[in-house]
Amino acid sequence: MVNNSFRTCPDTGLKFFSSAENLIKANAVAGVVFLLVGGLFGLLVGLTRWQAVHLLGAEDFYMVLTAHGLNVLIFWMIFFEIAILYFCSSVLLGCRLATPRWAWVGFGLMLIGAVMNNVIVLQGNSSVMMTSYVPLEAHPLFYLSLILFAVGALIGCFVFFGTLVVAKAEKTYEGSVPLVTFGAITAAIIAVFTIVSGAIVLIPTLLWSVGLVGEIDVLAYRMIWWAFGHSSQQINVAAHVSVWYAIIAILFGAKPLSEKVSRTAFLMYILFLQLASVHHLLVDPGLSSNFKMFNTSYAMYLAVMASMVHGLTVPGSMEAAQRARGHNAGLFTWLRKAPWGNPTFSGMFISLVGFGFLGGITGVVMGAEQINILVHNTLYVPGHFHATVVLGSTLAFMALAFWLVPILFRRELIWKGLAKWQPYMFGLGMTGVSLFLMGAGTLGVPRRHWDIGFAGTGGITHEFPAAAYTMLALNGMSVILAVAGGAIFCLIMVGTILFGKKLGADEPMAVPCIVAPVTDEEYAANGGSAFAIPGTIVLAMVFFVSFALYYFINWKYLAETWGIG
Amino acid sequence: MSSLSPPAKKIWWNEPIHKSELLWISLVFVWGMVMTFMMPYWHVVGKQNLGTETYKTTPKAFQATTQEFVDKYTIRTEGPRNYPVVAPPVGGDVYLIARLWEWWPIVELKKGETYRFHLSSLDWQHGFSLQPANINIQVVPNYEHVFTLTPNASGEYSIICNEYCGIGHHLMIGKLLVVD
Repeated sequence: MVNNSFRTCPDTGLKFFSSAENLIKANAVAGVVFLLVGGLFGLLVGLTRWQAVHLLGAEDFYMVLTAHGLNVLIFWMIFFEIAILYFCSSVLLGCRLATPRWAWVGFGLMLIGAVMNNVIVLQGNSSVMMTSYVPLEAHPLFYLSLILFAVGALIGCFVFFGTLVVAKAEKTYEGSVPLVTFGAITAAIIAVFTIVSGAIVLIPTLLWSVGLVGEIDVLAYRMIWWAFGHSSQQINVAAHVSVWYAIIAILFGAKPLSEKVSRTAFLMYILFLQLASVHHLLVDPGLSSNFKMFNTSYAMYLAVMASMVHGLTVPGSMEAAQRARGHNAGLFTWLRKAPWGNPTFSGMFISLVGFGFLGGITGVVMGAEQINILVHNTLYVPGHFHATVVLGSTLAFMALAFWLVPILFRRELIWKGLAKWQPYMFGLGMTGVSLFLMGAGTLGVPRRHWDIGFAGTGGITHEFPAAAYTMLALNGMSVILAVAGGAIFCLIMVGTILFGKKLGADEPMAVPCIVAPVTDEEYAANGGSAFAIPGTIVLAMVFFVSFALYYFINWKYLAETWGIG
Repeated sequence: MSSLSPPAKKIWWNEPIHKSELLWISLVFVWGMVMTFMMPYWHVVGKQNLGTETYKTTPKAFQATTQEFVDKYTIRTEGPRNYPVVAPPVGGDVYLIARLWEWWPIVELKKGETYRFHLSSLDWQHGFSLQPANINIQVVPNYEHVFTLTPNASGEYSIICNEYCGIGHHLMIGKLLVVD
């Protein structure tokens, strides 16, 4: 029997099928819980790295660091992404969810995997970090828990694909899928590639850990693990770019400047992004330089190009919509007149700028074959990915949640005054984390390292410059700010679900939460000048100049070190 | 119709691309070519291109070769743990072991001279991080990585481990000396 019951949202006019709605709720809530857990572990990590505080002992530090990475980078992200996939298919296409029972099986597996993983890691004999590089060995259940989680996520992806098929067959929409759904499709396709890579690497590792496989080749493990580990971050990128497009559509009624350009850029993610995992292996033995150069650049940096295209078209689409609605004066009126007090907007915009300027530029720079020698495995690396995954993906997801959770649960958001500040707190804190970690990394401070003072080494020691200690202290303070922002987010979400003012079935929110799409007539007024987007072009040029300067400065740094051949 | 709905025009792929987008795409494409060019260009003109020569080995074999190297060129011992300080001939081979949780032995090089390093781990993965020169290389067991280093300043350098290698990771530190 197919459950076709649905409600039409009085705020947005979107159709919520009960089968999909409950799953979106469950996945989103699970995600927020693991974000809270992982974020608190992050606080402990930050306070331990701060040498003057040095909160945890070494053993606990490595254990907590392992748990931090897995909870936020894997569990929070993937749970929330499954919610996004169901939203982008069932809700945006106005279609029932395919095989909701399978979706619940998937959710159950993910939940079991995630909880089991935490239990195993916190028992203390699986402090192997997220990468679990062989031959360093974890408890067999560590690998099993990740495999269970991955199988669950894979089921979620196929439920998503199935829903697309159902929508097409039942003709619930006309023409092509919306751009936001298209972006979600690319995320799901990358997810399948990711999970298959994960299975290829983790299943033999599980068998090895119980003694059924003799030896795992270290270099092969690294290559396949990164096909999994890096690609999983590409799911995040494709998903958060979709969320950016969704938010500017929700808040400004914006359509993309060109469907063709934005969709092609998404498609390029599938074709070029996940395979660039090789940039994690740039200082590994055994791989030729030609292999490294080709696989990091794909000869033309086409994946980087895709992100830079979105970097223009997302604010550009917003600018065009704002100009079409009359915010036409000067270069930046469209941006000044944006709802900066709405966490959905401020979160999205900080995510866009932080991902581009901090995460994007540094990622490409350290992904150059030779420059990587300067930063490989230093704190620069976590600095970079806190800008991409936290400032970029996590903040974008938070921004969406501020809009989605009240609509889903039919409750008014609580603590609206505090919610207004949340993206700024979290954004500023995480910007600090990213910058100070990268600063320390530039000074050579290693990642995943308990004590850069080298006490207890029996005579041999290394003195890092005082600036490194200052960076780690500033990082600790930024962590406190960011975790406070993150905790406020989690509390507001949970509080809204439990205590937010209940709305009647047809009762709309106090404040309208979606803007009518900008019409073709509005876009066409003033001879279509809205599409000229001068403000965005200026921002893009600032970005480009920063990128080029930083890129060549790093080549200069490289030229100053020893000869390496 | 916004990005949340199907495109208004069914045949959206025939619509023209906006000028601003074309401008940006062209710029970004050219920039991608510049960055692509930089890596091979540096192989021709740059002095920092990590060698990729690699051999299969075993912890036992690598330890034996390193022991031979140490026996041959040790000039003194140093520190509380009596690490051998090894001065290889100019332009010669240098063997360096990474293991839980030390770098062995201490090597003494001459400034401006080029040495052929052989690097491998005897157990888990490690990270060769030469400070403050900031040269970072992954070290794995069962593979012997061969590359050259040419110090450009004299002094005492530290080799830190920057790949997590278990509970003693932060204790893993070694020395490398460069003399004029």
